[in-house]
Amino acid sequence: MSDTTLARSAAAKPAFSLGRLLLEGRAFFALIAIVAVFSFLSPNYFTVSNFLIMASHVAIYGILAVGMLLVILNGGIDLSVGSILALSGVVAGALMQGVELPALGVILYPPVWAVVVLTCTLGALVGAVNGVLIAWFKVPAFVATLGVMYVARGVALLMTNGLTYNNLSGRPELGNTGFDWLGFNRLAGIPISVLVLSGIAILAGLMLSRSAFGRWLYASGGNERAADLSGVPVKRVKITVYTLSGILSAVAGLVLSSQLTSAGPTAGTTYELTAIAAVVIGGAALTGGRGTVRGTMLGAFVIGFLSDGLVIIGVSSYWQTVFTGAVIVLAVLMNSIQYGKGTRKS
Amino acid sequence: MSAQFQSGARPQTDPRLGEVVLAARNVAKSYGNVHALKGVNFDIHRGQVTTLFGENGAGKSTLMKILSGVIQPTSGEIVLDGLPVSFGNSTEARDRGISIIHQELSLAPNLSVRDNIFMGREIMGASGVDFAEEERQCRKLMAELEEEIDPLTPVEDLRLGQQQIVEIARALSVDSRILIMDEPTSALSATEVEVLFKVIRDLTSKGVSIVYISHHLEEALQITDHAVVLRDGTMTAYAPRAEIDLEWIVRNMVGENYDLGSPPEGHALGAVALSVRDLTVPDPKGADYNVVDRLSLDIRAGEVVCIYGLMGAGRTELLETVAGRLRASGGEVVLEGREISHLSIAERIARGLALVPEDRQRDGLVQTMSVGENLSLASIASFTRGLFTRRKAERALIDASIREVTVKTSGPAAAIGSLSGGNQQKVVIGKMLATKPRVIMLDEPSRGIDIGAKAEVFKLLAEEAKRGLAVVYSTSEVGECLSIAHRIIVMHKGRISAEFDSTVSKEKIMAASGESVAA
Ligand SMILES: Nc1ncnc2c1ncn2[C@@H]1O[C@H](COP(=O)(O)OP(=O)(O)OP(=O)(O)O)[C@@H](O)[C@H]1O
Ligand SMILES: [Mg+2]
Repeated sequence: MSDTTLARSAAAKPAFSLGRLLLEGRAFFALIAIVAVFSFLSPNYFTVSNFLIMASHVAIYGILAVGMLLVILNGGIDLSVGSILALSGVVAGALMQGVELPALGVILYPPVWAVVVLTCTLGALVGAVNGVLIAWFKVPAFVATLGVMYVARGVALLMTNGLTYNNLSGRPELGNTGFDWLGFNRLAGIPISVLVLSGIAILAGLMLSRSAFGRWLYASGGNERAADLSGVPVKRVKITVYTLSGILSAVAGLVLSSQLTSAGPTAGTTYELTAIAAVVIGGAALTGGRGTVRGTMLGAFVIGFLSDGLVIIGVSSYWQTVFTGAVIVLAVLMNSIQYGKGTRKS
Repeated sequence: MSAQFQSGARPQTDPRLGEVVLAARNVAKSYGNVHALKGVNFDIHRGQVTTLFGENGAGKSTLMKILSGVIQPTSGEIVLDGLPVSFGNSTEARDRGISIIHQELSLAPNLSVRDNIFMGREIMGASGVDFAEEERQCRKLMAELEEEIDPLTPVEDLRLGQQQIVEIARALSVDSRILIMDEPTSALSATEVEVLFKVIRDLTSKGVSIVYISHHLEEALQITDHAVVLRDGTMTAYAPRAEIDLEWIVRNMVGENYDLGSPPEGHALGAVALSVRDLTVPDPKGADYNVVDRLSLDIRAGEVVCIYGLMGAGRTELLETVAGRLRASGGEVVLEGREISHLSIAERIARGLALVPEDRQRDGLVQTMSVGENLSLASIASFTRGLFTRRKAERALIDASIREVTVKTSGPAAAIGSLSGGNQQKVVIGKMLATKPRVIMLDEPSRGIDIGAKAEVFKLLAEEAKRGLAVVYSTSEVGECLSIAHRIIVMHKGRISAEFDSTVSKEKIMAASGESVAA
């Protein structure tokens, strides 16, 4: 028997094929094509400063998309990320205005780091609500996060009465300045938001490829019953991914309001769809269990570079919508080609 | 390659044989560098049963899928009634009268039995689908198969064996003239196999041609008219029924004779490793009876206990409750002196209690992961240090498992779906053995594995038992009980109906299970 075992491992190198390479690296080639086309159409596109600006736009979607990837790998979906983003921005804005405690007759001005921590905690809590609803109460992910999407948006609107906080700069005499650091500062010439995205992407990538949790996530997304019987804590994994997605939404909310120097309750509307699109373009399967951070990052850059490029060459925003839609459909089409071929019945 | 055609006569020149209705001529199929079939000739004779034997991964399913249009050959041709044909898909083949029962179930779990049987061929009445007629035909099929399955039950509520019956009923409902059965009986009990054989004889007498694949060799011998042996993608032997016996099959399949052995001896049994006390489990689907009824059982370290029973005896539920997947309504489970009823599945695995589940597609494998990742899934903790998994340690564990349970694969990175059915089953077994358990429970683990691999698994279990592993082996094959168990427990309707030692006869075991003893 043992002669057949592993006997073919040496010969199993797949034959090189251009079609296969193009299919598997599709997001990468799409990105190169986009950069090439727009560089040809506009002289302003292929410049370092433009790339950095575009990258800082991508950062928002990218951060959301990493959270979305985790959820989609688990076989779920998170529609609430745009609303959590807005709620976090508004809460951060409110904290920057100072918190009045009438009982004590004082107004607290938390320092910026405390604002960041509190906002991320809020994001984690809302995400955990999603996770508990889905894992323990067996609410379908689509429905649970749809509900939370409305509730979070509604709370953000209620908190501000529909208005926007325009002053987030804090006051030097109170020592709570520096909120604009996230959105405007650069380290070694690179926008902080891009560095934040890189950090998150690297951490998430390591988690998925090298940690036990990553393995649990891929397994429970691929076949939850089998994972459960193999000792994977499937409920804990589920709650964790929604919580992480909530935290990342809050981070995106902070970065966005810092970039805009304002925090409004309607920020981030439909961003959840952009995040889903980035994940799908990056080759992840909506049925769970398949997908990588690298792919998702490429997906986010494809969407970001495409829409910014269309703005630069002066195409109407209506056309941008059409193009984005076409790219998504194309991406899903290729996903089904790739995954449809690889599997078989028995 | 020593074994060439054993019988010199080419099938179609032998006057005793019926005419050839469907044939494969020099059919080859490759997946990249994996050559699943290397030029095979295969004939199906009118009104007769051709059985196909071969090791796991020999190419049986691949050949059958080609003949039924599911996949297309890389080269070679298919000849139907003397004319070359090519099927683009299985519907085209079905329209020409060829249908197939797949090795892996291909049912829609959320749909009812009726809807599954008529999926894609709904009977249309004056106002849409004629559900009443479908239901009537469905009942008739079930009566023919002597099964009490309601046509309106969702398939996901059925036991694995019942799902297999539905799969068979679906193929029968087509009225095809060539019926291919790829391991149709792997989850059926002896009585049900008898019924199926009756149905098959009935079909052949009406001129229907059958291809039958099974790793239950004795069983297949009962029904066969011709035997064909495939080995590593080539046909190595052919003979009509009169010229073959069990030994011939095994010799041609694997080249040597395998003995399933006898229960491991010569070691003293240790203390009680697993103890089940008055365990009661309510029906998981909410019916108001208990699938396991105040059952008590002790298994000692080093002991191999077989649980025999018919489908629905409560064996699977018992094992799943002990493993922590189902909740008991009463009683306790004690592992090496400690009550574990409150522990999660993961904690039970960590304490050395492992379950090899029955249904490999639903409960055993993560289809999106590779062979290696599946094998290491239950032992992640053993190769994780701090935050990260250690690749070298994982690779060592995977390689050891592949060797231990003899998985035939192009390597640990291969997709799990690229393995043959039996090799997928070996992965499920290997995965749980890799957790280094103190007590292992196996639920019908021999489903679909070939005789060599079964001997290998039995040897492995026997060796581990000598080192103190307690083994609980659930099976519906009496022969398996006798070749591995120190003690045989028969379950019937959620209770233990009899207990035997290894010297008992097959008939006694079967009688205790409530089974009518076939001649
Ligand atoms: N989609 C695929 N990709 C790669 N290899 C494949 C694929 N399908 C089958 N194979 C390989 O082809 C060989 C034959 O597989 P097949 O399923 O026909 O075996 P089998 O004889 O039916 O075995 P079993 O008794 O285990 O069911 C195996 O080595 C298998 O790994
Ligand atoms: Mg097979």
